[in-house]
Amino acid sequence: MIDSKKLDPNFKFEVSKEIGGANIKHCFSCGTCTVGCPVREIDDKYNPRKIVRMVLLGMRERVLKSDFIWLCSMCYTCYDRCPQGVRLTDIMTALKNIAVREGCIHPVFKEQARLVGTFGRLYEVEDFDNKKRDKLGLPPVKKTFDDVTKLVKDSDLKELIK
Amino acid sequence: MKYALFLGCTIPVRSQNYEMSAREVAKIIGLELVDLPDFSCCGFPVKSASVETSLVLAARNLAIAAEKKLDICTLCNACTGVLTEANKELSENKELRERVNDKLRDVDKEYKKGVKIRHFSRVLYEDVGLEKLKGMVKRDLSSLRLSVHYGCHYERPKELYDGFDDPENPTSLDKLVEITGAKSIDYKDKLDCCGGAILGVQEDIALEMAKNKLDNITAIKLEMAKHKLDNVSAKKVDALVTQCPFCSIMYEDNRRKIESKFNVQYDNFPVLYYPQVLGLAMGLDKKQLGFRLNKIKATGLLQKLGLE
Repeated sequence: MIDSKKLDPNFKFEVSKEIGGANIKHCFSCGTCTVGCPVREIDDKYNPRKIVRMVLLGMRERVLKSDFIWLCSMCYTCYDRCPQGVRLTDIMTALKNIAVREGCIHPVFKEQARLVGTFGRLYEVEDFDNKKRDKLGLPPVKKTFDDVTKLVKDSDLKELIK
Repeated sequence: MKYALFLGCTIPVRSQNYEMSAREVAKIIGLELVDLPDFSCCGFPVKSASVETSLVLAARNLAIAAEKKLDICTLCNACTGVLTEANKELSENKELRERVNDKLRDVDKEYKKGVKIRHFSRVLYEDVGLEKLKGMVKRDLSSLRLSVHYGCHYERPKELYDGFDDPENPTSLDKLVEITGAKSIDYKDKLDCCGGAILGVQEDIALEMAKNKLDNITAIKLEMAKHKLDNVSAKKVDALVTQCPFCSIMYEDNRRKIESKFNVQYDNFPVLYYPQVLGLAMGLDKKQLGFRLNKIKATGLLQKLGLE
């Protein structure tokens, strides 16, 4: 049961101010997103139509603390098919971004931010990798990027890479 | 034709066969790929945590290409998507562009409009063209039956890709395969996502997404037998052809894991990167195309061509 006293009517406005979040209020709950979703086909705990509905109703805490917002595989199937141009993939990203600022981040994204902030890439390039590349006739790649590290340290992700 | 080659994170350390084969076929075509060592991560891996930081990282890469007056050629679908999206957002939204440039100023960079981003396959399809590529085929691949997997960010969302292919019914990669003489074999749910983006979030869902695709590809054999579409005998697919390292990791590196988790066994069909297929057709040898690095060996396919 939804307790209306616990709803935050401003949540939809908050989401709509995020990059890519502007169209959330256009949703008329047709369910095209959910029908075509390859994640939903496997596990119904991820249901984009329901997530958007929860945001519009103002179920802020339930959404931001959920594990389901992290399950979007960013395939853009719903994004292209939505008759209302809600830009669902961007909405899911906006929700994840807000959750991160509230201290709720899935550990894998915390680790990815740390790696990119430290090495400028998702992987640490070792001497071994460049030796292998050399043997294969490929040019070496840089191991660290000071400017990327600086940009991430100056960003809203700085807390995550300490 | 000249592009800055954008490798991203995964390709230079995990998918060197993709990089090697792309560089080799580019040489034959006369497509100049320039290495810019300052290219870093595209920004995709931090997007879920912060879109703005992702945009800053993408804009930094775009600024580096702009300094050299080069367009960007990508090999990874995720890099293609994030760089193209950032380019669109930043060129259309002045306020956002100023905010991002404020940050870039600290590292002496500035985003400027005008850089074009193209996936390698799209460069082949649009800039080089099917006819020209067909004229470069030296080895007959008509004995091969291949299935292609486009990968999501190659043509979705459609607003980013100027309609160069139909995202609901793409044909560009099928056509690129068919100019080599090989047959592109259709299968159910061809456009479904590999699951790569959530492998670290919830592995069991991601693996099941990849499993569904492997099931559908191997089901071709059953379907054919059932409908007697082939009067010789039901034939299996010789390889799955991909154009993104994430997708390849799902179907190749995770194959054994999928087999043991779901108690299934697939034919040992390899996963090839498209430039490896094109390279074979152009007469290049398997060593130049990095076949040794394919984790599921393409022995059967190479034998069919008399190369092993």
